[in-house]
Amino acid sequence: MSFLDSFLIRAALAGLGVALAAGPLGCFVVWRRMAYFGDATAHAAILGVALSLAFEVPILGGVLLCCLAMAAAVTALTGRGHSSDTILGVAAHSALAFGLVAVSMIPGARVDLSAYLFGDILAVGRGDLAVIWGGGALVLALLWWRWSALLTTTLNADLARASGMDPEREQRYLTFALALVVAVAIKVVGVLLIAALLLIPAAAARPFARTPERMALLAAAVGGLASLGGLRLSFLADTPAGPTIVATAAAIFALAASLSGFRRKVAR
Amino acid sequence: MSLVEITGLDVRLDGRPVLDSVDFSISRGEIVTLVGPNGSGKTTLMRAVIGAVTPAAGQIRRKPGLRLGYVPQKLHIDPTLPLTVGRFLSLPVRFSRFETRAALEQAGAEALTDRQMSELSGGQFQRVLLARALLSKPELLILDEATQGLDQPGSAAFYRQIETIRDETGCAVLMVSHELHVVMAASDRVVCLNGHVCCHGTPEHVSSAPEYRALFGTGTGGALALYRHDHDHSHEHGPDCAHDSHETAAE
Repeated sequence: MSFLDSFLIRAALAGLGVALAAGPLGCFVVWRRMAYFGDATAHAAILGVALSLAFEVPILGGVLLCCLAMAAAVTALTGRGHSSDTILGVAAHSALAFGLVAVSMIPGARVDLSAYLFGDILAVGRGDLAVIWGGGALVLALLWWRWSALLTTTLNADLARASGMDPEREQRYLTFALALVVAVAIKVVGVLLIAALLLIPAAAARPFARTPERMALLAAAVGGLASLGGLRLSFLADTPAGPTIVATAAAIFALAASLSGFRRKVAR
Repeated sequence: MSLVEITGLDVRLDGRPVLDSVDFSISRGEIVTLVGPNGSGKTTLMRAVIGAVTPAAGQIRRKPGLRLGYVPQKLHIDPTLPLTVGRFLSLPVRFSRFETRAALEQAGAEALTDRQMSELSGGQFQRVLLARALLSKPELLILDEATQGLDQPGSAAFYRQIETIRDETGCAVLMVSHELHVVMAASDRVVCLNGHVCCHGTPEHVSSAPEYRALFGTGTGGALALYRHDHDHSHEHGPDCAHDSHETAAE
């Protein structure tokens, strides 16, 4: 018997691992207005799943590759006569559609599609847990290492260049971190709801932060609270875990927004 | 020795020529102003100095390890990004509270440390940007339309501050501005740009140069003339154009 034998403990740790990495990374998604970009990357993951199954390679690798390819394609296409809004919309939905078609064409074993679309947190095994915490730790380490450069680049690209930085390179670090979070979060919330786990905690943290660092920490805390609380609620109410986690995060966001609105009114 | 030396610079943006064989240099302690109509390549030349544009031809040589302080034309800070003035000043390099306060004082923006960037007025914002540029102890301070949104007395005071900073720290200053008469009074050297270098030299020389008058009209009414000048002016920009006065200005 060990601590990790309980599937509930494993699920809780998996949710926590994803949330702790997604919170701070999500702040950059919010600050840089990359919400659609996150969507496109996440939807490309289902194509990655299909390709991995077809070629019998590890899902993590296939998903990472597809996410990065999607990011590169979107970056290359932006600014060629279409608004980035349009490009991202086209890319996100086509990736999802092609992914779904590709999954249906895989011969042999039937694929449980909903596990990839909405996550299957209660089925997380020890190996999955290692991948989630390994990937999450890598994302946090990357953010820690590049923090100042990423922030400066987010403020203004030329400001970063004048300080001897390369904004394109920093953008690539962010893209890689995003692909990594998507890849490890599939098991927890699925490709359709990953973007929510990036955006909602960061948005909920915004009114209570005066510095970027504070916002990143708060976002991680909100994400952790949402995943533990959501898991508990889904257990009590017998609802699907992934969507319940996101719904809990949304409830925290609503509470935070009304609280800050109330505070502003009092201050006035 | 020059801090930055640019020779024969051609820049194309989206295939459109923006700068055409531009020569430019700036030395220690000099205040140089770029003037020119909208779309004349001023900002592009400035970004070339920073290293933000890839030249189609020509050379950009920077003194090795040159410390740049850059004050951009506009800085939009997304409202979702919480940022105090103190934290902004410590980006990307951490400075002590003592240092940031000194820089704010030097830029004429005391007592703003704990304010949010989004709460600042236009003038306060520009001074905070200046303070941030000063913190890196720049050898070359670059200001792109730094007084946009300031009223006349406000921008005159801003330029006096720049001159004081130059005198105190000995840094070179490169700036772009539309407010010709104000800026030119504070400059050692003026470069008039319209895709190519039309003329350059001391403010007195440039303001009386026929090339400059073709672009801006005469007298202090020049700022108005900016908006109705004739793009199709023609003149030779050969070696006989103002190079002599450049040398006198550099002495």
